[in-house]
Amino acid sequence: MMPLHRLSSPFLSGTNRVTLQMLTVIVALIPAVITLVFFFGPGVLFTILLAIVVALLAEAAMLKLRDRPLKPFLTDGSAIVTAVLLAIALPPLSPWWLTTVGILFAIIFAKHLYGGLGYNPFNPAMVAYVILLISFPLEMTTWLPVHSLAENPLTISSAFQMIFSGQVTIGQGIDTISGATPLDSMKTQIGLLQHPAQIINQPLFGHFSGKGWEWVNIWFAIGGLLLIYRRVISWHIPVAMLTGLMVISLITWLIAPEITGSPLFHLLSGGTMLGAFFIATDPITAATTIKGRLVFGVGVGLLTYIIRVWGGYPDGIAFAVLLMNMLVPLIDYYTQPRVYGSVK
Amino acid sequence: MTDGLGSFPGGLVLDGQKKRSTLTAIRKTPLSKKLILPLQQHIGEPSTPLVAVGDYVLKGQKIAKANGHVSACLHAPSSGTIVAIDDQPVPHPSGLSAPCVTIETDGEDRWIERQPIHDFTALTEHEVRQRLRDAGIVGLGGAGFPSYIKLNPGVHHHVDTLIINGAECEPYITCDDMIMRERAEGILDGVEIMRYALRVKHCVIAIEDNKPEAISAMEMALKQRPHIEDTIVTVIPTRYPTGSEKQLIQVVTNKQVPSHGLPIDIGIVCHNVGTTYAIGRAISHGEPLISRIVTVTGKDVKHAGNFETLFGTPMDELLAFCETQREPGQPFILGGPMMGYNLSGDHLPVTKTANCIIVGVDEPAPDIKPLPCIRCGECATACPVSLLPQQLYWHSRAKDLDKTREYNLFDCIECGCCSYVCPSKIPLVHYFRFAKTETMNQQQERAKSDVARIRHENRLARLELEKHEKELRHQQRKAALAASQANKENAEPSQSDSQEKK
Repeated sequence: MMPLHRLSSPFLSGTNRVTLQMLTVIVALIPAVITLVFFFGPGVLFTILLAIVVALLAEAAMLKLRDRPLKPFLTDGSAIVTAVLLAIALPPLSPWWLTTVGILFAIIFAKHLYGGLGYNPFNPAMVAYVILLISFPLEMTTWLPVHSLAENPLTISSAFQMIFSGQVTIGQGIDTISGATPLDSMKTQIGLLQHPAQIINQPLFGHFSGKGWEWVNIWFAIGGLLLIYRRVISWHIPVAMLTGLMVISLITWLIAPEITGSPLFHLLSGGTMLGAFFIATDPITAATTIKGRLVFGVGVGLLTYIIRVWGGYPDGIAFAVLLMNMLVPLIDYYTQPRVYGSVK
Repeated sequence: MTDGLGSFPGGLVLDGQKKRSTLTAIRKTPLSKKLILPLQQHIGEPSTPLVAVGDYVLKGQKIAKANGHVSACLHAPSSGTIVAIDDQPVPHPSGLSAPCVTIETDGEDRWIERQPIHDFTALTEHEVRQRLRDAGIVGLGGAGFPSYIKLNPGVHHHVDTLIINGAECEPYITCDDMIMRERAEGILDGVEIMRYALRVKHCVIAIEDNKPEAISAMEMALKQRPHIEDTIVTVIPTRYPTGSEKQLIQVVTNKQVPSHGLPIDIGIVCHNVGTTYAIGRAISHGEPLISRIVTVTGKDVKHAGNFETLFGTPMDELLAFCETQREPGQPFILGGPMMGYNLSGDHLPVTKTANCIIVGVDEPAPDIKPLPCIRCGECATACPVSLLPQQLYWHSRAKDLDKTREYNLFDCIECGCCSYVCPSKIPLVHYFRFAKTETMNQQQERAKSDVARIRHENRLARLELEKHEKELRHQQRKAALAASQANKENAEPSQSDSQEKK
């Protein structure tokens, strides 16, 4: 005899699970991570591993402090997803303490102090990212050039050394091997009154955007399509965000091509695709109604562009997502669907 | 009428699990020694008994009459002696007892004299409805609303379309499927009578496409009655909850019933196929409603199938007849797995609304503590009414009942789609039922306290008035006294004046 656990109907239940959704997110990130390793070296792998370990420890400690059961919340996968997303967003050779501070902030402040899984109004990974960006601007904007441009490509052991001791060999710090990101470089040079059409011919850039970056973005998008196919996310936020970003960059590009890269440059630069498919779609902090998701997505897209082009930071995804997170209750309230049988 | 089918948002494609109970034809459940008949097996007022303990009753004899407009008559399902009129456990989620008439059957199954009507057009529409009322016909789809009311459009409404609901969208249940396969003729008898009573133009028999046998049986029967005008079998996609009245109307006619309104407000009347069959029997054969087809199925049922069962038959006898592996006291589901309720009593009787008994579901909801809501919105996507279950959940949990009403809690049809898809396994519908009950309690309390307050205010006003009148009288008296004293003063001034001043 099968027992009936539910007090009332329905007595059937679908196979959908939170853990399954979180695992799918991790799987969808794998191709892009491989691309990151291919272009920027193995550093990101250490950062990811470190982030996961710190995230799980912080999660366990917070659950203990909050007197919550450990097993269901440690196995739900949410801490791991936060860890991986932040680790991917950080520069590939971020020092260990940068990652650790970020993760601790994400899990303790942005997640648990708001009530834990399901109750955080702001995307924890992005809160941490912004905190790090504001507190440690130098470390956060020091990227590696793609392998083919580096004089001595990093080996696994030198990447490990760099992350945990800050040095490759005695006396050689990160400054000697790092450079600006293409987005950063584009912004700086436009500031020096260079024309974007010329900037993009420099070796740092590839076919459409930064060398390597365009492929990383494409693989994030492919992973994102997997999430849509597996129904972990709906198409509304990514499509709305990319449309918003594309439309505003197209208009600006047509009117004033001297102040901005092409729409394609923006779509395939920095964290665009990571943001569109993995960050802005975080269910807990995004809008939940269909129309609301469209509004939310467009807002993230527009703000990202505005911050990139007219703001003080090279990329704007994190700020755009956090700003739109703030508007979610309002958006959800004003975009309620029309209920069956009610008058418009 | 319809230019192609409409559809409703959300819904689910579920594993029907219908094969198990459709392998054999409808069988008759053996006559039980005791039949327990609750006086309320329908929506509305309980019926009033017409018999006393010790009376002998015939099969089909009326044993309780409808009590008011929204109520239904009750008949003896078999001949025998009334042995008790008292409270008995009834199939209700509360597990409470309710007044029942118990008949000890004599095994002869002797009918009362029946009055079949061969030409129902000889009756007026009113007489048809009266007969159906006398026959105790209620909706057999699960709700049990007295059918004669739904066949009376009244002077203010015009009925355009009659929809015969053969969707049967819930998994496991097959009683409608089987009745359509085997008794299509009888269903059409009912259709003709209902068309006549409603003076309706169009009639649609809607069947989900997972029942090809039922569809062809109904189409075949319809072909043999070319005189039934403008009646069609419409095949609709299999999608839960298409069988829910409002969703079916949307699928068949592409119209929506106004919120808090009735289908008749948009010229539509819906009846279940089982009810339609019963209406045919009641008029053409003069048989009151004394039995129904019950699906008995589930993982732990050896001989699953559909059983024509007399009302009052104890469910444990029916389950024993199907060789069910169920230990006494273990819960089973009455109704479908999505909207039914679980019972654990052993001697609960089969009633007019008992369409299906399930012992053991194949994919039960897991026994895990729900995780917090991650606001994924799957529930809103699945909701056929376009509600936002995640918001309703939030406010129900906080007992913010005003907010739940603002988010249209009372439009929730409790279909269970949201709970089914929830990745955190939150029993959402459970919360919504709680919030609805709380709201209704609160409204009752408010009504009660309103009465008390008004009474109190009236009392205060009355006291105030009395006090005022008293004062008035006092002043009048005083004035009169003063006047009389003044008169006296005029007569003898010095004495009284000096006394007054003291």
